[in-house]
Amino acid sequence: MNKALIFIFMLFLSLLSVSNAQIISVSPEYQERYDHLLHELRCLVCQNQTVAESPADLSNDLRVEVKEMLERGATDQEILDFMSDRYGDFVLYNPPVKPRTYLLWIGPFLLLIGGVIFALMLVKRRSNNVVDNELNENEKRRLKGLLDEDDKEK
Amino acid sequence: MVAEIGQFTLIIALCLAIAQSTIPLIGAYRNNLSWMSVGRTAASGQFLFLFISFICLTYCFVTNDFSVLYVANNSNTKLPVYYQISAVWGAHEGSLLLWVLALAAWGFAVSIFSRALPADMIARVLAVMGMIGIGFILFTLLTSNPFERLFPAAIEGRDLNPLLQDPGLVIHPPMLYMGYVGFSVAFAFAIAALLSGKMDSAWVRWSRPWASIAWVFLTIGIGLGSWWAYHELGWGGWWFWDPVENASFMPWLVGTALIHSLAVTEKRSTFKSWTILLSIMAFSLSLLGTFLVRSGVLVSVHSFASDPARGLYILIFLAIVVGSSLTLYAWRANQFTSGGRFDLISKETMLLINNVLLVVAMITILVGTLYPLFLDALGLPKLSVGPPYFSAVFVPLMLPLVILMGIGPIAKWRRVPVKELFGKLKVLLLLGVALGIILPLAIYRDTTVMTAVGIAAAAWAILTALYAVLRLVIKRDSSTSFAKACSKIPRAMIGMVTAHVGIGIFILGVVFTSSFSDQKETSAKFGEEIELAGYTFVLESVSGVQGPNYQAMRGSVNVTKQGSPVAMLYPEKRVYTVQTNPMTEPGIQTGVFRDLYVSLGEPLNENEWGFRIYYRPFIQWVWIGTLLMALGGLLGAMDKRYRTLAKAEKKATNSNPVTQTTSA
Repeated sequence: MNKALIFIFMLFLSLLSVSNAQIISVSPEYQERYDHLLHELRCLVCQNQTVAESPADLSNDLRVEVKEMLERGATDQEILDFMSDRYGDFVLYNPPVKPRTYLLWIGPFLLLIGGVIFALMLVKRRSNNVVDNELNENEKRRLKGLLDEDDKEK
Repeated sequence: MVAEIGQFTLIIALCLAIAQSTIPLIGAYRNNLSWMSVGRTAASGQFLFLFISFICLTYCFVTNDFSVLYVANNSNTKLPVYYQISAVWGAHEGSLLLWVLALAAWGFAVSIFSRALPADMIARVLAVMGMIGIGFILFTLLTSNPFERLFPAAIEGRDLNPLLQDPGLVIHPPMLYMGYVGFSVAFAFAIAALLSGKMDSAWVRWSRPWASIAWVFLTIGIGLGSWWAYHELGWGGWWFWDPVENASFMPWLVGTALIHSLAVTEKRSTFKSWTILLSIMAFSLSLLGTFLVRSGVLVSVHSFASDPARGLYILIFLAIVVGSSLTLYAWRANQFTSGGRFDLISKETMLLINNVLLVVAMITILVGTLYPLFLDALGLPKLSVGPPYFSAVFVPLMLPLVILMGIGPIAKWRRVPVKELFGKLKVLLLLGVALGIILPLAIYRDTTVMTAVGIAAAAWAILTALYAVLRLVIKRDSSTSFAKACSKIPRAMIGMVTAHVGIGIFILGVVFTSSFSDQKETSAKFGEEIELAGYTFVLESVSGVQGPNYQAMRGSVNVTKQGSPVAMLYPEKRVYTVQTNPMTEPGIQTGVFRDLYVSLGEPLNENEWGFRIYYRPFIQWVWIGTLLMALGGLLGAMDKRYRTLAKAEKKATNSNPVTQTTSA
């Protein structure tokens, strides 16, 4: 019964030609780099998934490719370069630093510097501010009166 | 019939929204009280009719009315009833209905709880909320009507997307929407202040709890979303820097800045125009998020309902809202004088830097999320901006924020001598750094600089938050008892400390889980022992299981540690009857210090299966921390000083029996 079910299930999957993430065994010495690299690569035919997570056939091919390149002794950078040469920068989740990504990479830090300068200018202006909006004695007395009244009502 | 009632009540709600957005505003302008009071009535009515409309759609789902197109597309007779109900917001049309319902619920809440507010203020606030209501109800009716009929009716429905058949997804969207839409209240308050030119301390006290509550909903919503991703996507991850996640994270960052800026505005009556700007930004980003998710311009794992044609409507609406509110801001904001004096080293400066960092972080995420779109629009080669980029940019921005978070609560307003601050904090600083170095080594016998820095930051956040509240008790007068000193701590203070401790716990979770996670992808023969992180996993068997609307293969995985049993896990591979894509349902054993997570691959032969194992240390701390943040926000919003306002409001109600009956 059980085996029949499994058989039907497998048949079902194959009939639908549903793709599945294939498990690719990598030797332990490469495992960490392999896992890391797969998370840097984008599945080219999915919505928004890393090659590590994608069940698409193309991603299976890329996983095999990464594994084989690792075994041939390629460095991480060589593998990423190979992928972006073949599929374009779209495949890299970490956008390379190029003229058209300068804004992306430097922008946040320029913004931060700008923000801090703005804040410091504001602080400087405020610390020289002689007019203060603290309550004066009269107002304080009035506030206290109001609060006391409030307490009495409790 | 029921669908027609639903559509009809939706139209009535639109009419009431139109009344709500015009009559009170004219009333406020002309100082006509009875016109102003229309706002409250209309807001209650709008909520009532939208609620009926929502119930009608739910009824169509529960009764399997497949003559309604939306129901036929997203439900099925075999779908369990709780998923039939959550399917109401499982796709675009219904989630919009939920969105307008949430908006009306906020409007209704404002109309109930704000009776003590000046009539013209509440009239303006409700009018602005009415305008937003018009925009979204029209959007629903014109482009995404959930009550559209299908003729001839379908015999069977096409079922809910299997990914959405998860408990996390039942409550995630309502929470998220309550958060998104909740910022409309802060937005409406901001616009009302700009219109009237009044932004006094009453204004701040009124708008602050609303902003906090919206932030609480958003926090819970985002937390649930990530919890869902962890449980349902089957990859042991919890945050993917996915565009849809970013879309909810951006308003959260600005909302966080807003609740801090409101604190300064309340206590020191300064940063006024900045607070207004943040209120506008938080809601605009909520709208932008809706646009990004609903228009289909972004590809994402979370985006289940998108249609490019609808994008145009939201884009125009977004442009109108942002454009007109910023114009109003540019025109009127300079009337708010904020002259409070403070020095470089003061609480004000620290909260200012907090705001700068949060806004910079938000813009960074915005640019990162939209950059591929810009390049695409310019015809340049496609580009991906993913997790490696966001982590690289986001973490350095957050680190100074966490450091400041420790100092800010202890610093005094206006001026605080550096010596005094350093004197108080040097022990905690040393303790934090020491813990950062020792903890990873003690637990995992391994560390990196980044790990140590992260743990030190987390320890610092927790220690300083606890110190901020404990010093109030320790340094009490000798005459006051311990219990009395504890009871005297303001609830806002307890809320702040809870939220900050939550952030510390969250960081602990993030750092530990990203530094010391382990995983293995392998093929497993039945009975074969597989080792990971000191645990032994054995896939004992796989058997067929019949679910209500799916068939599944369920694996039995025996987990042991040095021979003693730890857990039996049952990961599943499901194929849903209607939408046949296979789903992975992981088996997870949750623990305080680690989760064990297994998911089933595909069969290789009769007794060998693809098999993935994940060891995720401290991952639950991510959600525990998130929950604490939300709890802190809630406590802060429930502070006594807001309740005194509520009391005043009660008095006003009692003196006016007519309004009392409407609120009952």
